[in-house]
Amino acid sequence: MPTTDELKRIASQTRRDILRMVHAVNSGHPGGSLGCTDFFVALYHEVMKPDAKNFTMDGIGEDLFFLSNGHISAVWYSVLAHYGYFPVSELATFRKLNTRLQGHPTTHEGLPGVRIASGSLGQGLSVGIGAALAKKLNNDKSLIYTLHGDGEMQEGQIWEAAMYAAANKVDNIIATIDVNGRQIDGDTDQVLNMGSLEAKWQAFGWDVMHMNGNDMQEVVNGLNKAKTLTGKGKPVMILMKTEMGAGVDFMMGSHEWHGIAPNDAQLEKALGQLEQTLGDY
Amino acid sequence: MEKTLPMSIEIVSEDKDTRSGFGAGLHELGKKNKNVVALCADLTGSLKMDAFKKEFPDRFFQVGIAEANMIGIAAGLTIGGKIPFTGTFANFSTGRVYDQIRQSVAYSDKNVKICASHAGLTLGEDGATHQILEDIGMMKMLPGMSVINPCDYNQTKDATLAIADIHGPVYLRFGRPKVPNFTGGQYPFVFGKALKFFDGTDVTIFATGHMVWKALEAKKILEEKGISAEIINIHTIKPLDVEAVIASVRKTKSVVTAEEHQMNGGLGDSIAQVLAQHFPAPIEMVAVNDSFGESGTPEQLLKKYGLDTPNIVQAAEKVIARKNAGN
Repeated sequence: MPTTDELKRIASQTRRDILRMVHAVNSGHPGGSLGCTDFFVALYHEVMKPDAKNFTMDGIGEDLFFLSNGHISAVWYSVLAHYGYFPVSELATFRKLNTRLQGHPTTHEGLPGVRIASGSLGQGLSVGIGAALAKKLNNDKSLIYTLHGDGEMQEGQIWEAAMYAAANKVDNIIATIDVNGRQIDGDTDQVLNMGSLEAKWQAFGWDVMHMNGNDMQEVVNGLNKAKTLTGKGKPVMILMKTEMGAGVDFMMGSHEWHGIAPNDAQLEKALGQLEQTLGDY
Repeated sequence: MEKTLPMSIEIVSEDKDTRSGFGAGLHELGKKNKNVVALCADLTGSLKMDAFKKEFPDRFFQVGIAEANMIGIAAGLTIGGKIPFTGTFANFSTGRVYDQIRQSVAYSDKNVKICASHAGLTLGEDGATHQILEDIGMMKMLPGMSVINPCDYNQTKDATLAIADIHGPVYLRFGRPKVPNFTGGQYPFVFGKALKFFDGTDVTIFATGHMVWKALEAKKILEEKGISAEIINIHTIKPLDVEAVIASVRKTKSVVTAEEHQMNGGLGDSIAQVLAQHFPAPIEMVAVNDSFGESGTPEQLLKKYGLDTPNIVQAAEKVIARKNAGN
């Protein structure tokens, strides 16, 4: 069981990886990746603890994770690599020709750890529900986790899935929304004000809880608490408050770093704020 | 539909709808394979999924009027070893959920069977909103997607059973009207294999779906006119039985295609592509020509939109004349 400090050290290296991966190909999505880093590290190293060495598509008997907002692939790839799904050195191939680390995650190249393609938004919750139903049919007591962007809540399919899961008591799924209040064109309140996500998910029949996604201890506690809410007849939703660009001071406080890469000077400045704990790839 | 019996083709039952063939196949699969699950978007009766639902309630998922969610849930169910069969109208099975099929099913290589009823003009009175004529084209363009358009009850049932054993996404398209039931027995369904009903020497008629019976009717009329037509049923439009297509056209050197679909993107389009690449030959297409449908009875609509038996006969005569004139 890693300590919170150990998780923080992994997170620091993950943030370095994200910045270096995105910088190397001058493309990708650093903002959301940095904001969700603590969540990914806690989820894999502390909460799910899947068997990375024996990856199977069906994942019988183990917790499964689905990334619905596939554009934050950089953080997922770094965490999957450090957790042991594939060599950390492969991070250097991110977004390059013939890579398994496609711009948006896919099963197409056979990358261990990925079970569905994502990128076109709004689809991952339905997929997660399907996997949760398969677990119930298989009498498999493990859980399904999904992650979504808050901007993604503007997609209609999300609410089709929300309605279905509550009506059918799909209570072996824990969905998390990265509430950073930003999307490509600006603040979510400005682009399309979604009102209260809490009120909406409660009205749709989900068990809703809150969590600060940039405090490692709170993320661990929050995910563990969410687990205690499963199996009670309701799907579980975590509204996770994060800061886009978390960990790099000049990337926080704006939507500007959603989908652009740092230049050489910006990379150097950003890396100066993040300790190299596990060695750069 | 008319029930003229062409030559040696034997009608094996009263007229039946192809969707009932799907329902019967799905029910049988339920008994045979515990991994088969079914999902429906509020059209259980129309898709004839009641028997499966009744006998296997734990494996039947009513998703309501939410087709995008249905496709996503189906993709998720494959993760854990299930073989999901989704059921709704062809329009809502394809155009409405194209991106969900593209990303969560086809690109993700998920073993989902998209089963679609009420395809084409023969949906009838509901009109153009529901009469999709573009679905074959949309589905066949997706990498890795198989596309099957069976012609009668038996073939639809056999295709339903067969696709459970084929790993990968499949689009199975069938319809609403009751039509002659004449396949099975000496005319079995084999996935990916063209089904020849009659040898001929003057022209090959490739037909799919409800148009197969029309092609057989046309065969009889052509015979009376002294024209020898080879009749081949292409139920599996993708992967196409390229060898069978080329072998037949090498012999007849002229082609008619017949389908209840737009000319753009349909069976004719697939056949023309193969011939242009391997064995160029004149081709006439009996299909809807860049038009939406409208309300009417199935027979009225097939007549108005040029998808009736006489249209196939005329197309055959025209293409033979082109062949003889060297154009």
